[in-house]
Amino acid sequence: MRKIKNLIMTVMISLATLICLIPLFLLLYYVIKMGISSINLDFFIKNPKPMGEIGGGMLNSIVGTLIVLGMASLIGIPFGLATGIYLAENKGTKLAEWVRLSTEVLVGIPSIVIGILVYSWVVKTMNTFSAFAGSIALTIIMIPLLARSTEEVLLMVPNTLKEAAFALGASRWNTQRMIVMKTAMGGIISAILSSIGRIAGETAPLLFTAFGNQFFSTKLFRPISTLPIQIFTYARSPNVVQNKMAWAGALLLVSMVLLLNFSAKWISQALVKRSKN
Amino acid sequence: MNSEEIAIQAKDFSAWYGEFKVLKNINIEVPTKHVTAIIGPSGCGKTTFVRCINRLHELTPGAKVSGDLMLYEKNIYHSDPMKIRRTIGMVFQRPNPFPTMTIAGNVMAGYSLNSIRLKSSDYRDILEDSLRKAALWDEVKDKLNKFGSELSGGQQQRLCIARAIASKPKVILFDEPCSALDPIATGKIEELIRELKSQYTIIIVTHNMQQAGRVADYTAFFMLGELIEFDQTEKVFTNPAKSLTEDYITGRFG
Ligand SMILES: Nc1ncnc2c1ncn2[C@@H]1O[C@H](COP(=O)(O)OP(=O)(O)OP(=O)(O)O)[C@@H](O)[C@H]1O
Ligand SMILES: [Mg+2]
Repeated sequence: MRKIKNLIMTVMISLATLICLIPLFLLLYYVIKMGISSINLDFFIKNPKPMGEIGGGMLNSIVGTLIVLGMASLIGIPFGLATGIYLAENKGTKLAEWVRLSTEVLVGIPSIVIGILVYSWVVKTMNTFSAFAGSIALTIIMIPLLARSTEEVLLMVPNTLKEAAFALGASRWNTQRMIVMKTAMGGIISAILSSIGRIAGETAPLLFTAFGNQFFSTKLFRPISTLPIQIFTYARSPNVVQNKMAWAGALLLVSMVLLLNFSAKWISQALVKRSKN
Repeated sequence: MNSEEIAIQAKDFSAWYGEFKVLKNINIEVPTKHVTAIIGPSGCGKTTFVRCINRLHELTPGAKVSGDLMLYEKNIYHSDPMKIRRTIGMVFQRPNPFPTMTIAGNVMAGYSLNSIRLKSSDYRDILEDSLRKAALWDEVKDKLNKFGSELSGGQQQRLCIARAIASKPKVILFDEPCSALDPIATGKIEELIRELKSQYTIIIVTHNMQQAGRVADYTAFFMLGELIEFDQTEKVFTNPAKSLTEDYITGRFG
């Protein structure tokens, strides 16, 4: 009887795992199948051609995505890390509990709402859609995510190591910097990479912040094209060539996110291994 | 014992966790350059007492103290806690080398963590001297740049002792340093402690009465946060003044 029960459980668990994996593989298969034919050198080094002309690529969107993501990371990483360190170091204090609560609320807010907010704060004030506004929107999404995962990673560092440092006369700041952060380095790097991966594909908050641009632009205070928005535009287009371009863009975006997540895993494992021997 | 110079002296010293009074009016005079053991049933405040001596106690939220604790003529609680912690080294219950540091880095952590730069000749001298004093030099001299976590538990604990020694403390506190070690590693640490007392004042918390008998010149018996008896180890074990001490030592409770 027990054996049968065990067998049933094993089968059910395997089935559940499979059901979780199937959509991932289907998605990958489909995106590759639809997108791969449009991926060629031109895709990476050419800008879109005007409607009706054949050829062109997505250079402007690729560069735009890198700019917007880069700027968002530049602001988001320091603030996210600092907030995470603050949360881990001041666990239990009133202010830290409030900060934690607000990060939780922020994580739960639909990203389109953040887009609207940045639209009225930044876009309206500056009177233009811009790469900058898009970065701000993504930063606001990134900070609470990164703060929470940083906090989690830091809290995993055994207290005995901190005490050992304090017992040697180390200050709180040196202990944090030279013991806690170093020990948690793998986890911190992977938290950073995953949070970048998380905002890389955000579309809604970019719609009315970075807006989009059919031309190549690297100006921070001008509208800029990004992969998610360009995919959105091309996918809705009646033009079959542009539909294919959308799939190719999707393939690139998915690859970027996968790459970020895999390197996050890989780096943290490599660092764990290093500190073990 | 009155003839010995006193290294650490507690005067009506009490300690709390929040509202919970863990140490109750402790008065003790720990003689310099000897080994003093602290024994007593679990939860009686042994760890708390040694953590008060190097001011780690106050890192626990809600922790409080009252009374005086003196290191030689200096009041520990009127001094800079970071200086006190460098003067009073500590070895913990479980070996806790820093996993991101090499063996050499671990020994010298007291300097790097305090942003103290050393001449490279001084660095090497202190490194070798500390490892020798911790009876670890011969075992690790060829792998100083390997990570400390590669060593066995007993070696890791001696590495932690070397780390404490490197900061040139006056006092070294050991909180059950052998509880995670096998008998052979324990024997080595005990031998080491007996050697170290020629240069350092040593306080060792232990649950193991035989261990106290083997290493300690003096023994303090704590119970429920009070110091019940403090005398030469031999006296405490063969002819205790208090019946509570006798009950504990003969295993009637604890
Ligand atoms: N962080 C803490 N917060 C609240 N109470 C604590 C804390 N640490 C210890 N205590 C309490 O203080 C008392 C003394 O603890 P302490 O660790 O000093 O005992 P001990 O003699 O070292 O015990 P053991 O032999 O088990 O190590 C115990 O009753 C314990 O429950
Ligand atoms: Mg204890």
